Amino acid sequence: MDTGKSMNWDWEKLQQQQKKRTGQRPEGGGHGGNGGTPPQMDDIVNKFKDFNFSWLPVLLIILAVVVVFLGSSMFYTIDLDEVGIIQRFGRYIPPERLPGLHFKWPAGIEKVTKVKVKRVYKEEFGFETLKATESRAFTTDKNLFDSKNVGESLMLTGDLNVALVPWIVQYRIKDPVKYLFEVRDVEQLLRDMSEAAMRLVVGDRSINEVISNRLEIANEAMSILQKEMDEAQSGISIDTVELKKTNVPPEVQPSFNDVNQALQEKERSIQEAKKDYNMAVPAAEGDAQRIVKAAEGYALERVNNAEGDAKRFIAVYNEYKNAEDVTKRRLYLETLSRVIPNMGEKYIVDAEQNNLLPLLNLGKESEK
Amino acid sequence: MKTSHIILVVLLAVVLAVGYNSFFVVDETEQVVVTRFGKIARDPIKEPGLNIKVPFIDVATTFPKILLQWDGSPGQIPTKGKTYIWVDSFARWRIVDPIAFFQTVRSLSSAIARLDDIIDPAVRNLVTSHRLIETVRKSDRRLDTTLRQDEGEEFSDDFTIEIGREQMTKEIVKQAQPKLVKFGIELVDVKFKRINYVQEVRNSVYDRMIAERNQMAEKYRSEGKGEANKIIGDKERELKRISSEAYRQAQEIKGDADAKALKIYADAYQRAPEFYSFVKTLEVYESALKKDSSLVLSTDSEFLKYLKKY
Repeated sequence: MDTGKSMNWDWEKLQQQQKKRTGQRPEGGGHGGNGGTPPQMDDIVNKFKDFNFSWLPVLLIILAVVVVFLGSSMFYTIDLDEVGIIQRFGRYIPPERLPGLHFKWPAGIEKVTKVKVKRVYKEEFGFETLKATESRAFTTDKNLFDSKNVGESLMLTGDLNVALVPWIVQYRIKDPVKYLFEVRDVEQLLRDMSEAAMRLVVGDRSINEVISNRLEIANEAMSILQKEMDEAQSGISIDTVELKKTNVPPEVQPSFNDVNQALQEKERSIQEAKKDYNMAVPAAEGDAQRIVKAAEGYALERVNNAEGDAKRFIAVYNEYKNAEDVTKRRLYLETLSRVIPNMGEKYIVDAEQNNLLPLLNLGKESEK
Repeated sequence: MKTSHIILVVLLAVVLAVGYNSFFVVDETEQVVVTRFGKIARDPIKEPGLNIKVPFIDVATTFPKILLQWDGSPGQIPTKGKTYIWVDSFARWRIVDPIAFFQTVRSLSSAIARLDDIIDPAVRNLVTSHRLIETVRKSDRRLDTTLRQDEGEEFSDDFTIEIGREQMTKEIVKQAQPKLVKFGIELVDVKFKRINYVQEVRNSVYDRMIAERNQMAEKYRSEGKGEANKIIGDKERELKRISSEAYRQAQEIKGDADAKALKIYADAYQRAPEFYSFVKTLEVYESALKKDSSLVLSTDSEFLKYLKKY
C-alpha cells in the first residue's frame, strides 16, 4: 500500500510539471495544450512521413559525404623534412613530391606516402639513453649491464674473449623509393645488419684492440653496414657509427683494472729507482771532486815543502862551505850542548879501563 | 513506386560488385597470382598497376615481391671443439617464383616455417663442423694480443682461420638454397647476428680472461721491479766508478807530487851528501836522545878528548 501511494504521488507531480512547462510556452506554438500527450509527437511523425517519400535529401547527404571525402583525399601537404611518393593503382608515379600543397586523384586511385628524408634517425645498441631530461652522460654502466642490453653488446673477440661493445647508428633515408619498395621493414634489417656488421669487425680484433681502437672499429663497421644496406637496395645512408665505451664483462673487470694498476706500479717503481739514482749520483760526483781537490792540495803542499826544505838546505850549505871545519865543529858542539843535558844518566869511561861492567848496573830498571 | 526503387538499388549493387571484382591493384611491393577454379589462370603479375580479371571466377592472390626478413631462433650449438655457443642468425629472402610459392606454401607464415626447417639445420651443420674461431673471425689479420706477443708465431695457429665467418655464411646459403627452389624462394643471404658462449662456457672463458690479465699484471709488476733494479744497479756501479775514479785521480796527483818532492830533495842533497848526512845525523841526535837514554862515553871520544888531556 505504501509503495502504491508514493507512486501515485509521483505521477501527480510529473503531470504538474508538464502543465507548468506547457504553460510557459509562447502563445504562437499553436499545438494544442492538452496536458496528456506531448505536443511535438505529431510533428515528428509527420516529418518522418515526408522524408520517407522524398529521396532527394538522402542523396544530397551522401553526395556531401562523398565530396568531403574525395576533397580531403585529393589535397595533401608535404612538410619541409619529407617528400611524398605517389602511387597510382599501386604503381609509383615519379617524381618525388616536394614540400608544399599538392593535388592528387582521390583515394582508391592515388595514394601518397610521406617519407622523412631530412630526418636523422638513431638506433642504439647495447644500451638505452635515458629520458631526455637526463643527459647522455647518464648512460651508466648499470644501464650497460642490464640483462636486456647485455645480449646486444656482448661479443666474442678474435682472441675468443668476451667484450661489451655498445654503439649507436645514425642514418637517413637517402632514396625514399627504394626505402618503400625494395625491403620490408628496413628498420629491422638495419638493426640486424648493424649487429652482424659490428660482430664481424669485433670478431677480427683482439680484446685489447676492442678496448683501445674504437674509432677504427666504428669506421670499419660503418663501411660494412653501408655496403650491406646498399646491396639490399634499402635506400638508407649511414651517417655515423659511433662506439660508446667498450668494456669487458663486469665479472672480468677487476682483473683488467688490476692490469692498469700494475702498469702504474711499474711506472712508479721505475720512477722511484730513477729518483734514487738522481739523488745519489750527483752527490757522489761532488764527493769525488772534493777528494781530487784535496789530493791537489796535498800535492801543492808536498812540493812547496820540498822546495822550501831544499832551498834552506842549499842556503845553509853555501854558507857552510865558506868555513867548513869551524862550522862543522860548531854545529856538532852546539847540538851536543843541547842534547847531552837532556839525557838521563851519563857515564864516562876511561879508554884504558877495559873492564867496564863492575861499574855499571845496566839492568837496574828491569830489576825493580 | 517502391518496388522499382528496390530493383534499382539491387541492380546498382550488383554493378558495383561486379565492377569492383573485375579490377585489382598490384602494388610496387607486391606480385599477384591469378587462379581460376584453383588453377593458375595466367602468368604472375609482377608489374605494379591496375589489372582486369574475370569477376568472381578469377581469384587474385597477392604475395610480397620485396626483400623479406627471416629471423632464426637462437639455439645452442656445439662447435667442432665442443664449445657450446648461442647462435642467433637472420636471413633475407624473396619470393622469385610466386606460382611455385602459391602451389607449395601459399602463406608467408608457412614459408617461414619451411625456412626454419631448412636454414636452422644448415646453420647447425656448418657451426658444428668448424672450429669456433671460424665463426668468429673473417680474416687472418694479425691480432694485437699483448700477452702472447712475446711467444711469437706459436699462438697464431689458434687464431688463424681456414674459411672464416663470411665464407661460412655463404656456405650455409649454398646448402640451404637448393632445398628452397621448389618453394619459389630465393635465399639472398644468411648472417650471424649474435654468437655468444653459453653461460657455463662463458664462466670458464671469464676465468681464462682473468687468469690472462693476472698474468699480465704480474708481468708488468715484475718488469717494473726488474727495471727498477737495473736502475739501482746502474746507480751502484756509477757510485763505485765515481769514487774509484776520484781515488785514482787523487793517488796520481799525490804520487806525482811525492815524486816531484823526492826529486827536489834529491837534487838539493846531492850537492852535498856529506854535509847532508852530518846535519841530518845531528838532527837525529837531537830528536832521538832524550832523558830515558843513557850515555856511556869513552874518554878517547872526540867529545871528551879535552877531558883528560888538554
